[in-house]
Amino acid sequence: MKAYSLFKKDWQSELRTRYAINALAMFILVTISVIMFSIGSEKITEYLTGGLLWVVIFFSAMSGLSRAFVSEEERGTTMTLHLIASPSTIFSGKLIFNLLLVFLMNFAITFLFFILFESFVIKNFLLFTFAFILGNIGIAISSTIIAAIISKASSKGTLYPVLSFPILLPLILTLIELTKFAMDGNSVSDSMVEILVLVCYDVIMFTASYLLFDFIWKE
Amino acid sequence: MTNYSVQLENLVKYFGRRLVFSEMNFSFSSGGIYGISGPNGSGKSTLVKIISNIISPTRGKVIHKLDDQNITQENLHNHIGFVSPYLFLYDEFSAEENLVHFSNIRGINFEKERSDFLLNKLNLFDRKDDLVRGYSSGMKQRLKFLFALLHRPQLVILDEPTSNLDSDGKEKVYELIKEEAKSNLVIIASNEDSDLQLCKETINIENYKRTKR
Repeated sequence: MKAYSLFKKDWQSELRTRYAINALAMFILVTISVIMFSIGSEKITEYLTGGLLWVVIFFSAMSGLSRAFVSEEERGTTMTLHLIASPSTIFSGKLIFNLLLVFLMNFAITFLFFILFESFVIKNFLLFTFAFILGNIGIAISSTIIAAIISKASSKGTLYPVLSFPILLPLILTLIELTKFAMDGNSVSDSMVEILVLVCYDVIMFTASYLLFDFIWKE
Repeated sequence: MTNYSVQLENLVKYFGRRLVFSEMNFSFSSGGIYGISGPNGSGKSTLVKIISNIISPTRGKVIHKLDDQNITQENLHNHIGFVSPYLFLYDEFSAEENLVHFSNIRGINFEKERSDFLLNKLNLFDRKDDLVRGYSSGMKQRLKFLFALLHRPQLVILDEPTSNLDSDGKEKVYELIKEEAKSNLVIIASNEDSDLQLCKETINIENYKRTKR
């Protein structure tokens, strides 16, 4: 309940300041436009659009999801949070906020891919939905803890993608693989290994982040 | 009166190789106002941040007790009220919205009556629905007292409590501090003589600058 209250505060604050939403929306539009201009009238393969989808998602996440903690640090309200909530509440509240942002962002990106790219055809929609949900959860957890780590650094903008790359790489590679399977029409049972990799990634990242947050949060 | 105490045990703080204070042992208990004095940069704010569990000491312990029961770090924030010039509230919300959010995040009910009483006391009631962005620095400082006192904490920590306040604001704040000290523990870190005159006992940080050989 406390975490939900923190999420509510962040969401209302976001609606008034548009720190993250504007950055994400602009990034998505610009990136997809650049891809479309660079492709021109060429016909690209299905696998390539699947790969491009996750590349756009990765870089969009880099541009907007760090705001959860960076905006608090920039406004000087980090100490206020220290004084009103326990570290576990703060982590959970920020995670819920990032989960909502990731889902909104990725729905928008996937929807745009469906309508703009002819070759983006998913044959097994159930498998893609599994990958989409588990992938979004993984991205939200990883970006929340990385945002907490970098919020106190002086060069936040550079550090965020640099730190995120090795942490998100196994997740993105598995997601690209699963999207490929979904495009081929493979069944869920045939792709169980990759799905379990995603589940393990999410569980490990959540447990490690939850345990480590206390140390990261306190100077 | 609440029975709240804070014990500093062999507290040492270094920033890199620079010693801020060492071997600090002191005990604070409710029903009084304690002062922390020292020149600029001596470590007063560092000490109050350590007492509030915002930063960790290099060595030593801070033990908070309520009715002789230790308070866990996880729950400490709901027992502390904190005011300082480097504390910022959310500019995009009004004063009352800030207070409602803080109460909800703390997991306590927002006490509208207490909020209105404190807003009146600090001359902010007429501006409670204005965004904090439009407040003057003195009004923001008064609002921080609401942030610190709304949840009825047993320990009130005030770092430079009268900075940015006019004489009327100072009077109101001193009244509030004296009122709080009747039942709770109040710690003031300041250089202002008028602030420190309220204290029954004062620690001078300069007396804790010796390194052990």
